[in-house]
Amino acid sequence: MNLTDLVTILPLAVLAVWATLLLLVDLWIPKDRKGITAVLAALGLALAMGLSLTRGQQPQQAFGGMVIVDGFAIFLDMIFLVSGLLSIALAHDYLKRMNLARGEYYALLLYAISGMILMTYAYDLIIVFLALELLSIPLYILSGFIRLNSRSEEAALKYFLLGAFSSGLVLYGVALIFGATARTDLPGILAAVQQASANPAMLLVGGALLLVGFSFKSAIVPFHEWVPDVYQGAPSSVTAFMSVGAKAAGFAALMRVFVTAFPTLSADFTPVLWGLSALTMIVGNVIALAQTNLKRLLAYSSIAQAGYLMMAFVPYAQGMVLSDTIAAMLFFLVGYMFTTLGAWAVVIAVEKAEGKGLEMTDYAGLGRRHPWLAAAMTLFMLSFIGVPPTLGFWGKFYLFRTAVEGGFTTLALLGLLASIFSAFYYFRVVVMMFMQTGKAEARRDPWLALTLGITSLGVIGFGLLPGSLLNLALQAVLKLL
Amino acid sequence: MENNLLFSLAPWAVLLPVFGLLLNLVFGKRLGEKGIGLIASLATGLAFLVSVLLAIALSRHPEATVVPLADWITVGQLNLAWAFRVDTLSVTMMLAVTGVGTLIHVYATGYMHKDVRHQGDPGSYRRFFVYFNLFIVAMLLLVSANNYLMLFVGWEGVGLCSYLLIGFWFNKGAEGIGNARAAKKAFVVNRIGDFGLLIAIFLLFWNFGTLEFDGIFAAAAKAAPALVLVITLFMLLGVTGKSAQLPLYVWLPDAMAGPTPVSALIHAATMVTAGVYLIARSSPLYIQVPAAQMTVAWVGALTALFAATIAVGQYDIKKVLAYSTISQLGFMVAAVGMGAYVAGMFHLVTHAFFKALLFLAAGSVIMGMEHGEEQSAHGRAPGDAHSLDPQDMRNMGGLQGRMRTTFWVYLAGALALSGIAPLSGFFSKDEILAAAFRNMPVLFILLLAAAFLTAFYMGRQIFMVFFGKARSAAAEQAHESPPVITVPLIILAVLSVVGGALNLPGVHSLGHWLEGSLAHTPTVEFIAGVALLSLAVALAGLFLAWMVYGQRRMPFKDTDPLARSLGGLFTAVYNKWWVDELYQAVILRPYQQLSDLLARTVDMGWIDGTVNGLGSAARSFAGQLRRLENGYVRSYALTIFLGVVAIMAYLFFR
Repeated sequence: MNLTDLVTILPLAVLAVWATLLLLVDLWIPKDRKGITAVLAALGLALAMGLSLTRGQQPQQAFGGMVIVDGFAIFLDMIFLVSGLLSIALAHDYLKRMNLARGEYYALLLYAISGMILMTYAYDLIIVFLALELLSIPLYILSGFIRLNSRSEEAALKYFLLGAFSSGLVLYGVALIFGATARTDLPGILAAVQQASANPAMLLVGGALLLVGFSFKSAIVPFHEWVPDVYQGAPSSVTAFMSVGAKAAGFAALMRVFVTAFPTLSADFTPVLWGLSALTMIVGNVIALAQTNLKRLLAYSSIAQAGYLMMAFVPYAQGMVLSDTIAAMLFFLVGYMFTTLGAWAVVIAVEKAEGKGLEMTDYAGLGRRHPWLAAAMTLFMLSFIGVPPTLGFWGKFYLFRTAVEGGFTTLALLGLLASIFSAFYYFRVVVMMFMQTGKAEARRDPWLALTLGITSLGVIGFGLLPGSLLNLALQAVLKLL
Repeated sequence: MENNLLFSLAPWAVLLPVFGLLLNLVFGKRLGEKGIGLIASLATGLAFLVSVLLAIALSRHPEATVVPLADWITVGQLNLAWAFRVDTLSVTMMLAVTGVGTLIHVYATGYMHKDVRHQGDPGSYRRFFVYFNLFIVAMLLLVSANNYLMLFVGWEGVGLCSYLLIGFWFNKGAEGIGNARAAKKAFVVNRIGDFGLLIAIFLLFWNFGTLEFDGIFAAAAKAAPALVLVITLFMLLGVTGKSAQLPLYVWLPDAMAGPTPVSALIHAATMVTAGVYLIARSSPLYIQVPAAQMTVAWVGALTALFAATIAVGQYDIKKVLAYSTISQLGFMVAAVGMGAYVAGMFHLVTHAFFKALLFLAAGSVIMGMEHGEEQSAHGRAPGDAHSLDPQDMRNMGGLQGRMRTTFWVYLAGALALSGIAPLSGFFSKDEILAAAFRNMPVLFILLLAAAFLTAFYMGRQIFMVFFGKARSAAAEQAHESPPVITVPLIILAVLSVVGGALNLPGVHSLGHWLEGSLAHTPTVEFIAGVALLSLAVALAGLFLAWMVYGQRRMPFKDTDPLARSLGGLFTAVYNKWWVDELYQAVILRPYQQLSDLLARTVDMGWIDGTVNGLGSAARSFAGQLRRLENGYVRSYALTIFLGVVAIMAYLFFR
């Protein structure tokens, strides 16, 4: 290790150190003024963001090829950092209101983001595993942050047990791949495969296990069952962050590992990926229909959205469309981030203590009493469905288009049908807010309002300028290949 | 270098009103009426300033400049940007839109202050100015676009604002939904036109692979004439919708249901001229196909005459102006159809001045009448307080004594519109007549007849409103409007009087200015004979109006002297040639019957049945699937394990 290595991963290093210092500093911050901790955490994220942005997009390896920092990583890091900032804004008032204002919250959030960033840097299976644990463990704790609430505890325990199970699968996969190729670095694995010195069966099983492990994190059917329980039990501010960050990190790992190390296995994996994508879109959207609790509804919605994202992976080894498809994935993730965090902000505004205010019926009449809030929620629902001119429309449009280019028209059609189907449950929220009478109440808080403003602006603004965002994404993946 | 800086300001012309409307939307409630009006007017005023700066830059560097703002749509080979085209044509439009727009904004701050109280809903003040600024945004997008899709965004945007503002008092009007109906009519009729424009845009992209003006014009030069003909004719359909030409003009008279500043800004000065602009902008296409040009010219000239006849038989002060607007738009369309683009644009600008003036002055008259009515209603029973229509010219008369300023500016506008030298309308109309005289003598006759009728109905209006005796108590007690109303009127009156200086015969300053963007336009020579003839016709029209309405005075308030002498013909023009009824019988009723059939049996029966069936099937399926979600970690782990097994099984045993 030398100084250049450290400079290369500087944003990550700064963030991890900042999180640790934050834990210490927090000891001197009085209990009723945890807003200071929140601001300090936000500063840390902003600093990491600045450091990431100021470096070029030229790929740089460090630590003997264990990590790589390139445009792809930086683009995803921006998603993590922005969603971190937004979820701090979401959390501040919510935690106070729910009697959860403790400084560790923010430090854990920063640790989780460090893990996600490390995931995007990872160029070696060992680092991939390290990052997976670094991002997971803080999330387990955060899920159980409402210590005295049995649901929250249950969520944390379930998440931990199943997470450990899937980590085990990942580790087993890493071991098998090492056994097959005697390498753990991604380019090394590819080289070994190309020299035909690898054991094909072991390699295939190892790859499949990695796929399952990451699919668990990204909530792909049938590895999704923890999602509704955990999303419902965890504090809403944590769920909001988790449903963006953890999912994006899972996809980042999948993309990096499969594109770099396993392009030769595409004949085997493409049908599997196809099936997972189709299954996820169908199951997520169908079960969402039966939900009456907003948190569970959004949980299934996030599963369905993961199915659309999975579509980007199916043609992962086709050099012709690969850059388009990865760019489409990055684009979709940006839209997903704004839409999801915005929708969760509305949920948080309506939520009451002790799990009240989360049923669909609690939204009746919101349109009359809080027109702005209801209008914002409508916008996010439209974006989830993929109605133009929202960002969600363009995200799906580019995903479906690259799927068609890659030769998977059926899958794209399936996605289209699933989107139409999803309108059914997304619109139920809108109908509830505007066409039913009721006494919906919502919290007014400037930070929530700010989050809603930024996310709405993101959904509309980028929806009007999709070309600019897509070009950014295309530039980011240019050097990946 | 400095010029580039000025050009790069172009997006701000659009962005400033955007900020204005956002400010009012978010903070309007706290700002109060003064703040709202100030922000909205300032936003438009600053956009005008930007347009002036752009004009200065263009005067030094007349070449068209494209100012990109951001990438928009990138799909395959389609690459569209939010890019602004700064050339003399677009800047002329921007100047007219923001210049007249600013004056109307200022006027509206005063007018709406009274109107919202008159209608009993002061909270709507903010809504009005948000829509108003939104309109400016959309209109500026339309005229400054560098590609047809961005133009279409503006085109639809102004249509939306038009709809929102016609139906601004959506719970007023006949049976409480009259205004909403008018708004709907405007929207639906415009939709037919927009459909035409959309088809034209599709065809452009399909055949030329781009939507940017320069690319299309370059490619179209080599295209088959039949294709260009089809495209230009579909475009013409769009023009007839937006610019209220035959056969789609029917929405514009109803659009007068909107507040008067709306009629002035949207339905007289700016939005309705979008069609003329579209043809001027697409002139390289039209010039290739004489048949299309001919069609455009005929549509324009026929509209000019047809609408002018209807204007003669109307009693509503705003309806007369509405038909007059349709007629004048016909002049412009005829001009651009004949290739006289400069003449068309010239008339567009002067018309923006004097028609905005006339509408705003009419608003001032209406306000005066409403005031008088409120005064005179004091002694009466509250029940018939609203029995009197303050827009009906039969209730007016003799207002010149009580509303001096309004009278003088109205007179200036009316004379300019009638084409009396040396007011602005004379020069611009004369240029169109001269072009027609040279190119298409038949149209010259039609347009000359329309010009005669124009002078006649304007004279009729002046005499009915301002001269003679007051024919109602309201008219007796009417009084002059405050300065916030009259000052914009005076400015517009001055512009209407001297506006002809823009393009005086022999100097042709507007013609030379527009050469930068309209390459193919020969300057129209001044023909003394035509000018004298048109002046004579205008004077004859006014004289006849004086004979009928001025000299003899209107004896009773309900009979029009013209009705006695013209008989059935007057009934026909009074009933607008029964065009609305014709459309109702031929198009609307069969269409509604078909819709009814489709709605009841096909949609509610078959389709809803299928969808509901699928929906309940999906729900019960969802209920079954949900049972898998039982909450036990062991069963979740089992599912994961089974998933792994399934994948392995597939990978090894397929």
